[in-house]
Amino acid sequence: MEFSDRELSLRAARLYYDDGKTQDEIGDILGITRWKAGRLLALARETGIVAISIVDSADTAEVRPPNGIVVTDRSRAQGVTDSGSLRRFLHGLAAVDAIGLEERAGRLATRSIKNDSKRAALDTIIRLIDLTTLEGADTPGKVRSLVRKAILPDPSDLTAPRVAAVCVYPDMVQHAVAALGSHQGDGVTGIGVASVATAFPSGRSSLDIKLADTRYAVSQGATEIDMVIDRGAFLSGDFDTVFNEIVEVHRACGRPDGTRAHLKVICETGELRTYDNIKRASWLAILAGADFIKTSTGKVQPAATLPTTVLMLEVVRDWFNLTGERIGVKPAGGIRQSKDAIRYLVAVAEVAGDEWIDPHLFRFGASSLLNDVLLQRQKMTTGHYSGLDYVTVD
Amino acid sequence: MSFRDYAPAPESTAILNLRPHYGLYIDGQWTEGGGGSITSISPATEKSIAEISMADSSDIDRAVLAARKSYDTVWSRMSGAERGKYLYRIARLIQERAREFAVAETLDNGKPIRETRDIDIPLVAAWFFHYAGWADKLDYAGLGPNPSALGVAGQIIPWNFPLLMLAWKVAPALAAGNTVVLKPAETTPLTALMFADICQQAGLPAGVVNIVPGHGGVAGTALVEHAGVNKIAFTGSTAVGRNIARTLAGTETRVTLELGGKGANIVFDDAAVDEAVEGIIAGIFFNQGHVCCAGSRLLVQENIQDEVVEKLTRRLATLRLGDPLDKNTDIGAVNSKAQLARITAIAETGEAEGATRWTLDCEIPSKGFWFRPTIFTNVTTSNTVARDEIFGPVLSVLSFRTPDEAIIKANNTPYGLSAGIWTQNASRMLRVADSLRAGVVWANTFNQFDPTSPFGGYKESGYGREGGRHGLAAYLANGGAR
Amino acid sequence: MSRLAIPKTYKLFIGGKFPRSESGRTTEVLSPSGKFVANVAKASRKDARDAVVAARAAWAGWSGASAYNRGQVLYRVAEMLEGRLDQFVAEIVETTGASTADARREVAAAIDCLVWHAGWTDKFAQVHGGANPVAGPFFNLSVPESTGVIALVAPSVEQSSLLGLVSSVAPALTTGNVVVVLASEHAPCAAMTFAEVLATSDIPGGVVNILSGSVAEVAPWLASHADVNAIDLTGATGEIAVECERSAAQTLMRVVRPGTFGPTESAFSRIAAFVETKTVWHTKSLA
Repeated sequence: MEFSDRELSLRAARLYYDDGKTQDEIGDILGITRWKAGRLLALARETGIVAISIVDSADTAEVRPPNGIVVTDRSRAQGVTDSGSLRRFLHGLAAVDAIGLEERAGRLATRSIKNDSKRAALDTIIRLIDLTTLEGADTPGKVRSLVRKAILPDPSDLTAPRVAAVCVYPDMVQHAVAALGSHQGDGVTGIGVASVATAFPSGRSSLDIKLADTRYAVSQGATEIDMVIDRGAFLSGDFDTVFNEIVEVHRACGRPDGTRAHLKVICETGELRTYDNIKRASWLAILAGADFIKTSTGKVQPAATLPTTVLMLEVVRDWFNLTGERIGVKPAGGIRQSKDAIRYLVAVAEVAGDEWIDPHLFRFGASSLLNDVLLQRQKMTTGHYSGLDYVTVD
Repeated sequence: MSFRDYAPAPESTAILNLRPHYGLYIDGQWTEGGGGSITSISPATEKSIAEISMADSSDIDRAVLAARKSYDTVWSRMSGAERGKYLYRIARLIQERAREFAVAETLDNGKPIRETRDIDIPLVAAWFFHYAGWADKLDYAGLGPNPSALGVAGQIIPWNFPLLMLAWKVAPALAAGNTVVLKPAETTPLTALMFADICQQAGLPAGVVNIVPGHGGVAGTALVEHAGVNKIAFTGSTAVGRNIARTLAGTETRVTLELGGKGANIVFDDAAVDEAVEGIIAGIFFNQGHVCCAGSRLLVQENIQDEVVEKLTRRLATLRLGDPLDKNTDIGAVNSKAQLARITAIAETGEAEGATRWTLDCEIPSKGFWFRPTIFTNVTTSNTVARDEIFGPVLSVLSFRTPDEAIIKANNTPYGLSAGIWTQNASRMLRVADSLRAGVVWANTFNQFDPTSPFGGYKESGYGREGGRHGLAAYLANGGAR
Repeated sequence: MSRLAIPKTYKLFIGGKFPRSESGRTTEVLSPSGKFVANVAKASRKDARDAVVAARAAWAGWSGASAYNRGQVLYRVAEMLEGRLDQFVAEIVETTGASTADARREVAAAIDCLVWHAGWTDKFAQVHGGANPVAGPFFNLSVPESTGVIALVAPSVEQSSLLGLVSSVAPALTTGNVVVVLASEHAPCAAMTFAEVLATSDIPGGVVNILSGSVAEVAPWLASHADVNAIDLTGATGEIAVECERSAAQTLMRVVRPGTFGPTESAFSRIAAFVETKTVWHTKSLA
């Protein structure tokens, strides 16, 4: 079987960087000379198969110790400096009683938001949406259409605000950026470009590939990265791996000019299953450097739920009370109706506080939600019920 | 403007079809009472709702005779299956008119519509549905062979859960084959009178259920002292319960009492803190604290006291006090001027005795009876607010160091109705539950009610149980303590 | 040569010991033919008070003992009584004038009553309590627990004091209550001798306290005692019973009125008269 040079470069790079083989050994394994192996490695660097970054010792993070965690400023401040302290910290968190949490969420859901409050809530929801398309069938055209919708959600009503961001796969970032043009911003100043990364949605790949995925999205112009945690590692009790990956991805969000894309960490709550797990994963993500904690990829059921979001809001509230720093929360997947979204807003206001009702601190990961909000808006404007033919399909 | 400044979302009162005047419901007829009349007001606005005729002792006599006659001639001769069908009808009629009852209850009592709509009225229907099924299964209740009804049951209920307390009393009494004379509280007769309509709509034979609003000292006393009553069931204060027990000494009248409480809500340091905070709030601020089983004493482990109190006060700031008919109201009006005065006085005493008072900074309406949610810290076990039942939105915070101390402090009260335990340690939870002298123990939850679940007190919280199979025993002649 | 018998000094039974009344008083017991039989201690209100203290101290241990253990202990009491059957028959015959056959039937019934209750200790909770299928995600269980310190006015049966006392005491003990029992005023000797049976069985001191004396004098003190949780007036009559019930109202003491149970009745409901049902809720979830 013949391999192309690119494929050989990839295999050589794996053997060299991941497995620590010498060029001689690589030659033996691949049946080539060690000079050829050397050339393949050079090719790997040139073509971006391998990206090498130099970590300055003045950086916030230290070099990863063997079998340990890469300590961050946040974790150090909480006394989390190694595997043991991370584990103790996460297991020392107050437990969650599922029924109590669900009752709390259920009660929040009984709030009745009417008239002016409803009108304001609908506009707020739009401003907080990460308008999302994450399909294998996504094309530049689909993304351009999505971006137009993000900028001008309701062509029949120019008072409708724009959304916070569009959320796409890494290879679609360039198209989103191009389509946004001067409309691009940070979610408040303009529309952000969020990209999922790190082998989304399963996250089942090597760290290097996840980092490359991240760097690629950032280099394409993504302003926000939605990464997935390694749920397998989390469930097997390997908190170090989960933590270190977030630290590495956080670092990979950096741009050459010293700025960086914001990092949302997806816990994929539907796979973690228990509220205790979700609470631990949320704290872990924050300690490792998350700007946002996010419930779900949208590819696993259950995706976002109100109790899960309430729990995450409690975590960021507690983090704020502990440190004075505000972390964002993003429920994603399954929020399709205005009625539901309003319940989430009530939860944000009552659990975390009004300050969180801000695109910098709260987002809805959604696609069909926007149209339902527009229908509701039209109903409030015109006084009669609207229909799906009166909102655009993208 | 805060997002939390929700626009008013009042439940419409258009669904109500109240009459300007209500009489007594005796022997299937509306009649006038001899005890004058009162104007029932809404405690949230002090606006009048309806004029209510008051029963005097001769009216009580008429009602007992009607109940006796229907017992002798109709109800005791009817099969259990047929009795049950009437109860099923009542359950269904209540479900059909649930919203109307919820609005009326909120108007009359002052409690939030969210509670009457989501808790009180659904439980009322559930109670009738549950006991309907018992009516033809009394032989299986484990209370001895051929269980028989007692006869006429006199029932006196409080103002805190007006229709729900009616259901707790009437449903098991009828299922067991008794007929009833029920006296609702002076300040909250409305839904009981509406229930009389339900009895008519259900075609319940005349005299099986008689509703006689009246003053406790007149109608209540007459009912308790009436020689034709075979059973007295009372829910209310310990002081009145004590008088009833004394009055009935030496008679054949059976009695069950569901009285006051000073429930301990025990929070251990391994508790799910956020849920515990919710439970503490549900324990004392549910129904403005007008709950006999309220968790009015918070016993928190000393090493997490500051964290819990801080989270609690922070959370309280999100509670909404105001118009009970607004769907977003969490805390409604205190039921009466008298009760407001009592709460105010005890809170002042607690402060004078050295406890630290924290009161929620919130607006209160200019009309009506209102009390801001209040928490006392630095409360010693001897402080009045730690000993007396306040029956209002006032929480006393005490601390403990070890589980033994928690148990001793929790049990250190003449009452014994309810208690709460918050811990993730199942073994400790079960052991503490064993040691608490309280009839209902909620672990990692609070103020849950269900028709299948027996409810009632130890010690001065009364005797007898309401709910489930145990609740039938109060209305069947099978021996046991009174 | 005939031997001079040693008569027994009938004392009270409090906290596992046999004190005289602190008042120093005694009552003469005569046989039906009028012959002096014995002086029996006449308990005072202070003896009643001491008995309540002893009972309260014993309550945690007895109510906390396993049901299996309580069953074995009650069975042991039956064994001890069986072993002294002839002694009790003789005593009943002498003090009440009953026929030997009747006396034997009475003692046998007392033994059988103890055995019946011994068998109930580990079954009562299953029959009386249980799981409640509430409409929510909760584990919900109702269990009967002992009421606490029970004052009993024991009835006499055909002028004899043993079977009435055992029939009152056994149901209370079954579920872990502790008792202060006033023996029947009529011929209390057999009741007081029953204390010797208890003392030589494995019943912990204080679980059963037996007082002899005047019901009219002592019962109202027990009925008004704030540390007594329930009172059984099966052996009380008339105005005394009413007065006791009235006093009991002050602390919402549970009351079994006279006539509720037959003097020798053994019934499930009699055991149920002195239990408190506790219902425990707990949340239930996988998440």
